Amino acid sequence: MPQGSLTIKGLREEIRKDRSAIRSACRLLSERIKTVDSKVRAYAAFDDARFEAEVERLTEEKDPSVTGKPLFGVPISLKDNLCVRGWETTCASRILKGYVPPYDATVIQKLRANGAIIFGKCNMDEFAFGSSTESSCYGPTANPWDLSRVPGGSSGGSAACVAADEAIAALGSDTGGSIRQPASLCGVVGVKPTYGRVSRYGLIAFGSSLDQIGPLAKTVEDAAILTNVISGHDPKDSTSANAAVPDFTRACVPDVKGLRVGLPKEYFVAGLDREVETAVRNAAEKLASMGAVVTDISLPHTEYAVAVYYIVAVAEASSNLGRFDGVQYGYRHPANQLLDMYFETRDHGFGSEAKRRILLGTFVLSAGYYDAYYLKGQKVRTLIKRDFDHAFKQVDVILTPVSPTPAFKIGERTQDPLAMYLSDIFTIPMNLAGIPAISVPCGFSKGNLPIGVQFAAKHFDEETMFRAAYAFEQGTDFHKRKPEL
Amino acid sequence: MSAEYESVIGLEVHVQLKTKSKLFCGCPAEFGAEPNSNTCPVCLGLPGSLPVLNEQAFLYGIQIALALNCRVAGRLKFDRKNYFYPDLPKAYQISQYDQPLSSGGHLLVEMKEGQKKIGITRAHMEEDAGKLLHEGRAGSVVDYNRAGVPLMEIVSEPDIRTPDEAYAYLTALKAVLQYVGVSDCDMEKGSLRCDANVSIRPKGETRLGTKVEIKNLNSFSAVKRALQYEIARQIDAAEKGETIFQETRLWNDERALTLTMRSKEEAHDYRYFPEPDLVPFTVSSDWVEDLREDLPELPAARKERFVKDYGLSEYDASVLIQDKDLGNFFEECVTAGAPPKRASNLIQSELLGMLYERGETFHAMKTTAAGIAGLIRLVENGTISGRSAKDVLADMLETAKPAEDIVREKGLTQVSDETVIAEAAKKVIAANPKPVEDYKNGKEKSFAFLVGQVMRETKGKANPALANKVLKELLG
Repeated sequence: MPQGSLTIKGLREEIRKDRSAIRSACRLLSERIKTVDSKVRAYAAFDDARFEAEVERLTEEKDPSVTGKPLFGVPISLKDNLCVRGWETTCASRILKGYVPPYDATVIQKLRANGAIIFGKCNMDEFAFGSSTESSCYGPTANPWDLSRVPGGSSGGSAACVAADEAIAALGSDTGGSIRQPASLCGVVGVKPTYGRVSRYGLIAFGSSLDQIGPLAKTVEDAAILTNVISGHDPKDSTSANAAVPDFTRACVPDVKGLRVGLPKEYFVAGLDREVETAVRNAAEKLASMGAVVTDISLPHTEYAVAVYYIVAVAEASSNLGRFDGVQYGYRHPANQLLDMYFETRDHGFGSEAKRRILLGTFVLSAGYYDAYYLKGQKVRTLIKRDFDHAFKQVDVILTPVSPTPAFKIGERTQDPLAMYLSDIFTIPMNLAGIPAISVPCGFSKGNLPIGVQFAAKHFDEETMFRAAYAFEQGTDFHKRKPEL
Repeated sequence: MSAEYESVIGLEVHVQLKTKSKLFCGCPAEFGAEPNSNTCPVCLGLPGSLPVLNEQAFLYGIQIALALNCRVAGRLKFDRKNYFYPDLPKAYQISQYDQPLSSGGHLLVEMKEGQKKIGITRAHMEEDAGKLLHEGRAGSVVDYNRAGVPLMEIVSEPDIRTPDEAYAYLTALKAVLQYVGVSDCDMEKGSLRCDANVSIRPKGETRLGTKVEIKNLNSFSAVKRALQYEIARQIDAAEKGETIFQETRLWNDERALTLTMRSKEEAHDYRYFPEPDLVPFTVSSDWVEDLREDLPELPAARKERFVKDYGLSEYDASVLIQDKDLGNFFEECVTAGAPPKRASNLIQSELLGMLYERGETFHAMKTTAAGIAGLIRLVENGTISGRSAKDVLADMLETAKPAEDIVREKGLTQVSDETVIAEAAKKVIAANPKPVEDYKNGKEKSFAFLVGQVMRETKGKANPALANKVLKELLG
């Protein structure tokens, strides 16, 4: 009978011993949601009835090829931008209220094929536009460590439900830090795999050249298990890589001897909270004490990353969100003329941050501005990529802060979009470069707010990333602390 | 056209590639299916769906590029063309903007004055939109069956000078596409669509005038008529000292005029940018060269061969090659034993006309190439006269019977018996004293009349050469 805080690995053991653990784990989570989610509001939609039949079926399953699957009987929660056939999928936007996809995202197929139970859908910033999960049409999610603070975003619901033990693990998506930043602010592990590692088919697009699906989990090993399951080439996604997927759990060894770790000086600058800096530097020292070779490095174009991101990401977003026009699905505002229908539907359907980004994106792609913004942005993006290519000739893994500050107050940055955009200053460069990165708990502020450290590795070298993260996690106790709810 | 002006015309042609499936998904690309039955999350543009390139369409695209003598780009890259319309499910069309699949080609066009080279600016790939239906309903509905069907957009240089040249260009383009076998080129089914850009300028002027785009052109002849109308309209405006505005106009076929659709100010800003969902890839030049070698014979080459191998005139050859199947039919007749020139003559001066009158095409006609060759053989060996051949052919198209059977049943076998012909000739001479008189006074025309009368007397069966000889002898 599972109790307390469940991990994937732990639950798999329980299920192996006693099949009824599937049902009791789901019940345990369900009870927990009923007790605490009125405070945390991590879920956009949760309904026991949705997975009842699945629990029944898996409990009775005899086929060893099924029961041996890595996620057999494990409930997984999802950010509400992943399409699940027959489940309302809204991206936390009014404009998609009532939209029920007729197909499963590739990651959902992979989860199911690996025995997982699709458990519930998590809150997020509208269309993943934000770093606080405040721009949701369902209202804000709270940080389980301090309910007056944000969980980060945009995968804030996925991070909060894992932190609050309302889920064992969850999937999120990361366009500029949307998995790693909330993981950091909620004290859980979050992974953005290499761009192309995980199929985007069925992920409602924000910035197509930046988006990547990844796990939020309680441990590095759980994150590795989930990454194993969702990775791999997908013929339905032309941007997914035809690269071999190693077993990432094998990279989870407590050994960093000789591992070359780089600290980019551009990530330790004004605006970085003193407590965060201390925790992150301590993490570097910890690794050094375990035998890693820590050196200072430089990523000289870092300062342009946020600016480039807010050109490229919004340009792609403005195009990706064009389809929400009231014609085929989702919200439609009644009107007599086609143009009025478009205007009213989009005016009423989108929240203010979505409108801001659509306008920005439309502007930077406009005739006469394209060269100055989008084209220039792409060139600078190449320079940022080259910074990393160069750095990875010197080091195996780059260690940085995840978020400049611990969790901020709900409402604190909603009136100041620029301050909100700077929340992702240390996570955006990895999306622009397409490299994998992980956020791992590395300390707490005096106010008992979690702090995360980021490990980034070169393209398709998640193994080194997991190795550094696992060794650090195993050498510390931060991941064992739990919020009081 | 006024003597002081010349028109400058460029054509944008969209051809639907005849692939089994759509450009970016596996849905059937067929025409005429139940509305919205050939759709999936990808071509419906449902949230989260992603495009995957159809390799067959890509191959067809390159074949078209090569057939139009274009340079093939070394890299295949797609862009998004953003605009809102209910038939466009993603609110962007996946197209190609600054790096088209191919550019810098040309097409040779047959004009009465001789061959003309029309430049091809570019030919690029893109997906089609759906179809908005308005009729008989309170609102409008959309059929997305066509959404995502592969298209090639072929843009000509403004090298075309007259509506006739435009017509000839389209005919030649259609022939090339048919020969390559990549499109049905059926305007009625929408598998070939054409927009025209036209401006006028004083003769001798080298700068271009203000161009007007004409849309809604539903046949080659509509293109010609719309251009004729629009050129006249522009010249009229110019002569009255009125400004010609840059705009898009719609051709109204019933009223035979063009009407303003939208002005330059209302033109879209398509906000093109590279399609992030499709990774650009290198086009192997070796592969392109292989495809070039594997291209089927194209109309121009075939025409040359018809002239050289069959001794046809340039004109006859150009008529026969215009339609790939017609060219094939001609060659089948030759293979079945018909002398090329005779086959060409029979096809062009008799068969096509008869079929046209019957409202048939030679695809669906009741006779075959072997049948035609059989008919020609009967003329060649003197069994029937050329005049009878016409009647026999008409019967063949009606009854599907072989020429021999028709000749036998109708007793059309040519009369080569001199005594029979002489008898008929004597009757004719007796009945036509005036022409006989005229002939004897040196009026050659009267002789032809008398030969005609002999043919008539023998119901067209007399061997014309013999009729000639016998008459001459009798008239001394």
